[in-house]
Amino acid sequence: MIETIQFNLNGEKVSLRVDGERMLLWVLRTDLGLTGPKYGCGSEQCGACTVLVNDEPLLSCQMPVREVKEKDVITIEGLSGKGELHPLQKAFIEHDALQCGFCTPGMILRAHSLLINTPFPTRKRIVQEMEQNLCRCGSYPRVIQAIEAASKEMRGGTK
Amino acid sequence: MNRREFLKRIGVMGGGMVVYFSYGASAAISQPTRGEALPGATQEDIPFFNAFLRIGADGRIACYTGKIEMGQGVITSLAQMAAEELNAPFEAIDMIMGDTDLCPWDRGTWGSMTTRFFGPKLREAAATARAVLLKMASETLNAPVDRLIAENGVIFDSAQRSNHVNYSRLTEGKIIEKHLEGKATLENVTEFTVVGKPFSRIDALDKVTGKAKYAGDIRLPGMLYAAILRPPAHGATLKRVDVSGPKQMVGVQVVQEGDLVAVLHEHPDRAMEALAKIRAEFEPSRSGLNEKNIFDHLIGAAPDGTVVKEGGNLERGRSLANELFENTYMNGYVAHAPIETHTALAEVKDGKATIWASTQTPFGVRDLVAVALGLPASDVGVRSVFLGGGFGGKSASRQAVEAARLAKLTARPVQVAWSREEEFFHDTFMPAAIVKIRSGLDRSGNIVLWDYVVYFAGSDGAELYYDVPHHKEVSSGSWQGSGASHPVGTGPWRAPATNTNTFARESQIDIMASRAGKDPVEFRLAHLKDGRMRRVLEAAASKFGWKPSRAPSGRGLGVACGIRSGAYVATIAEVEVDRSSGKVQVKRVVHGQDMGLVINPRGTRLQVEGSIIMGLGYALSEEIHFRNGEILDLNFDTYSIPRFSWTPEIETVLIEADSPPEGGGEPPIVCVGAVLANAVFDAAGVRLYQLPMTPERILAAMKRA
Repeated sequence: MIETIQFNLNGEKVSLRVDGERMLLWVLRTDLGLTGPKYGCGSEQCGACTVLVNDEPLLSCQMPVREVKEKDVITIEGLSGKGELHPLQKAFIEHDALQCGFCTPGMILRAHSLLINTPFPTRKRIVQEMEQNLCRCGSYPRVIQAIEAASKEMRGGTK
Repeated sequence: MNRREFLKRIGVMGGGMVVYFSYGASAAISQPTRGEALPGATQEDIPFFNAFLRIGADGRIACYTGKIEMGQGVITSLAQMAAEELNAPFEAIDMIMGDTDLCPWDRGTWGSMTTRFFGPKLREAAATARAVLLKMASETLNAPVDRLIAENGVIFDSAQRSNHVNYSRLTEGKIIEKHLEGKATLENVTEFTVVGKPFSRIDALDKVTGKAKYAGDIRLPGMLYAAILRPPAHGATLKRVDVSGPKQMVGVQVVQEGDLVAVLHEHPDRAMEALAKIRAEFEPSRSGLNEKNIFDHLIGAAPDGTVVKEGGNLERGRSLANELFENTYMNGYVAHAPIETHTALAEVKDGKATIWASTQTPFGVRDLVAVALGLPASDVGVRSVFLGGGFGGKSASRQAVEAARLAKLTARPVQVAWSREEEFFHDTFMPAAIVKIRSGLDRSGNIVLWDYVVYFAGSDGAELYYDVPHHKEVSSGSWQGSGASHPVGTGPWRAPATNTNTFARESQIDIMASRAGKDPVEFRLAHLKDGRMRRVLEAAASKFGWKPSRAPSGRGLGVACGIRSGAYVATIAEVEVDRSSGKVQVKRVVHGQDMGLVINPRGTRLQVEGSIIMGLGYALSEEIHFRNGEILDLNFDTYSIPRFSWTPEIETVLIEADSPPEGGGEPPIVCVGAVLANAVFDAAGVRLYQLPMTPERILAAMKRA
């Protein structure tokens, strides 16, 4: 059913006439022209399509767009402030926490939500939180290091 | 594109110096054919010249390569090589990769060959450009060449440093063509300031901000997304198809041309819905094969073997042997499973085709598309994109041909992005393979016999480098797909053949070491004359803190050595085996690697860690289940690839060497199967002869023991 759906995308209001049953991933990638959220599996198995909805990491490949009505949706395109990289983005660069980079937007967004909810995660907690995000290049050790480093920087910033 | 058009493009870009070479030279740098050429690598209609670099008036230096970036990091290491020989700032280099109109012809990006084979030519091109710039500067600065110094993109008169000129000033507004002839004078290793130093990935910023463009991220006005009808099983053929369902859907276009039945829509999800409405009937596959009976089938289908290497006399070795060891090793089909599925966008306009494809073979794609569309190859251009992983799996690129055919038929730009299910179904797997070894020890514990046959993996890595007087290594069949042998697609998978061969050889060596009552590291060293292998093994053992013991020691330690793409590796691992579940947790891995000169140690360490982690999959969990042509693992729920929780502590030891650079991205994966099999034996006292070592197989082995 075609309906009007409004939500905040990366801090800006969007209003769409769209079938509310369509998956958020495809609406973001085609109707809204973003490319950060990736298709990896289409069935909530890999995390490449992870976006933040009200700061919670959600898998947009199986999320009907109707369910984000009036909510805040953040994709990798909206993570960095004006001209300034997010500490996680900086840490991912510094710690070489990526290779092909295809899973990277999903990794960073899930890590971001972790650090919002748990500013001081243990290594075990990081692994537990990130477990559903797959990286075929095997960047896991570096992603863990990057999250630990960003956690320190963000903690320092809030003190 | 011909030379005139090319120079026009260069002119539009503001001119500059172009160093290029003719096809003859291009053929000389193309990689050696190993009798296992990949599809699509035809050499027809190669442009008569190819450019290497262009120094623009804006100070930017474009470096062209037919290689592609799929995560392995050559975008950074090639830029380092160019900057080094040009004496230019690293930051001034722009890598232009895999654009078939601009870049030198290339067979494909695989086999850890970029640095080894393209690297030296790129360095020569850069050194040639530097020599030309010095000559030009000599006129501009009115100083003899031998008084000039090139630093950071600026040429100085050493007698008077205020007398200087930028590279960009020298080439400004001009088009200077320079052929690469003979050998250029390269910098000496000891003078390197960029090569060998740790550099961050050039592409990192674009990848953490979502700006990096993959094939699926390119948008053209009016483009359609396609979903293609697939058979339910390999070998199944289409009998009847009814497309009336999707035809009733608004905005859906249906295309039927021969074997190609597709539905297209402006939204990919709508195209997928339309696909589900096609009613199709297939003649079932006649294959009766599955992941269990495949090994007997392959042995029966094996062609005559070819001798890889031999020495001494097997009969003599047999008579010297006090004890014989006969074992059969196996591995199933393993998927590449890159997170980005095969994707391509095609546009056919004014008789010319443009393709953006996730492919390891852009020139192969160009030629395949040309054939499919009936165009000369010069009217097909493949553009540069990042790849979301390749691992050998994107050497085959049928999605690009599908997109091109559909673009022609619909007269609209068309994107084909395989679903995860299509990716598993059409993957060209690491082949199921078998190795049979008969070896023997004499009374003093020396290996005197090595009789080795590998079936269907290929010969790379089969060669024995241990010192054994009587040996013969034979290879029968290869990793290349062949309808008669494999019921599914097969192809190159990160370090083709070598994973299988290393698993078998290094397991067999350990079995003999244990039987001889020797420590596995000492037993290897006692049979190693090769200084390079000894050094890398000793370095890994020392870093690990290896304490000699006979296996099984209960400690869960394993060791394995291997050679791949010219690099020598030794891997040591520590595992824990859960005796109740059969699950293996890898605690620690130390990997030693002698790969000659290391261009970017930072990038190399990433490749080592990534390889080790990817290797955990084929060693412990990854195996395609199939039945009668049907692929039963179609997503990550049943096909389990390594995750965060599997990650061991990994330490990398790079052996310092100034010999020519060898491969880096494949070698670290080759020992993983063997080192874990040996560590599992050391931990639990059971020997696994088949990969992957799933909990079920480990439990079954413990039950038998």
